[in-house]
Amino acid sequence: MTDAPVDPSVLAELQDAAGAEFAAELLDTFLDEEGPAMIADLKAATDAADVDTYRRTAHSIKSNAQVFGATALANIARDMELKGLDTATEVGVLVAAFEEAATTLRGMLDG
Amino acid sequence: MADRPGHILIVDDNKVNRLLQSRSVELLGHQASVAENGRIAMQMLAAGDYDLMLLDIEMPEMDGFEVLEAIKADPSLRDVPVIVTSSVEGIDNVVRCIELGADDYLQKPVNKTLLRARLSSSLDKKHLRDEQKRLLERFATTEVAQDLAESGFSIGGRRVRASVLFCDLRGFTAMSETNDPENTIEVLNTYYTLMFEAVNSNGGVINQMIGDGLMALFGAPQELENTAECAFAAALEMASMMDLLNQDRVANEEAPLGVGIGIATGDVVAGYTGTQDRATYTCVGSTVNLAARLESHTKVVGCGVLTDAATHAGLSDGTELTRVPGVNIRGFDAPLDIYSL
Repeated sequence: MTDAPVDPSVLAELQDAAGAEFAAELLDTFLDEEGPAMIADLKAATDAADVDTYRRTAHSIKSNAQVFGATALANIARDMELKGLDTATEVGVLVAAFEEAATTLRGMLDG
Repeated sequence: MADRPGHILIVDDNKVNRLLQSRSVELLGHQASVAENGRIAMQMLAAGDYDLMLLDIEMPEMDGFEVLEAIKADPSLRDVPVIVTSSVEGIDNVVRCIELGADDYLQKPVNKTLLRARLSSSLDKKHLRDEQKRLLERFATTEVAQDLAESGFSIGGRRVRASVLFCDLRGFTAMSETNDPENTIEVLNTYYTLMFEAVNSNGGVINQMIGDGLMALFGAPQELENTAECAFAAALEMASMMDLLNQDRVANEEAPLGVGIGIATGDVVAGYTGTQDRATYTCVGSTVNLAARLESHTKVVGCGVLTDAATHAGLSDGTELTRVPGVNIRGFDAPLDIYSL
């Protein structure tokens, strides 16, 4: 994976379209609430071999990552969505990408 | 701000997406409501009034495809435009949405400019359809309006088995010559309101109003299991409504009004006749002629309702009608057996 963690033009477009303040709030919702909850769902679905929930959760993470331009995270999630549980990418790989995206996105909004 | 603000229902299982889409449509000047899956969305659609739906595909409980199918199957919801917003993979899924009746498909994350354009175009179309519907319903019944909307005004008839009912106010023309005009129109309006109710509540449609007479159809455009039974039930209801009206009239020292009703059952050719600018749903055939003749023959027999043999045969056993054998009806070669109430 050589994807950049974040595409700054997508984030800029979000800030322009929805307002900088709203974009920051939305990012908090994703990074603090929804993201960790979805990662927990993904782990649980892996353990329970719940194919549907696994695919749907990977789809949701992809969709949200795309909102903020978190390209690398989106691509890993998309890969999980398409390949499904059988040839699963380790959830750990996605968690690492999530953390990297979080750090980068927070840095961009603070900067 | 939007040219035409609308109430938008946003359906998405993901909180970040719901928040972002609500914000986006509100910034465009619309009102937003949210549902977190298809099942909740269907409940909200049934209870509230929405101008447009933004629909996600991947959702637990009831997904976007199922929502599209449910909307397509429900005539009261079919006019709500749906724009699918999704990041679902594969062009075949997009095609499936369009085939299931979605107005449009927007890839997530949704571009602001594209969203504004699609929303305003869909809301404009919806507004136009609503206006057409309102206009149509004023001049035609709901059934005919619906049939028209579904068939897309295709001119062209079909042969159906139907019962035709003619009804006429007795002695009204003479009365209108002496009564003051305002009173005449008021009486006519009361009469029509009561007769429409009797016909519509029994599954029929009124397709002609001429002066104080009307023609109603049972079995077209809406199919009915037993057209004769429905038409006869309507006739009985009309008679009892006239009784109520007459109680009022007598109490006001006005002369009671009588009606004559003729019903015939058989094959008719039904369809839209007219031109592109002015059309009416009607039916033609000897059944129609017979019903009209029977209505006028009530004056000869001195009864309220006359039916042909086919209508009588369709009624349940308990119905007490008197057989009037061998009646010569103008336009019919052989004498007919008819039945009076």
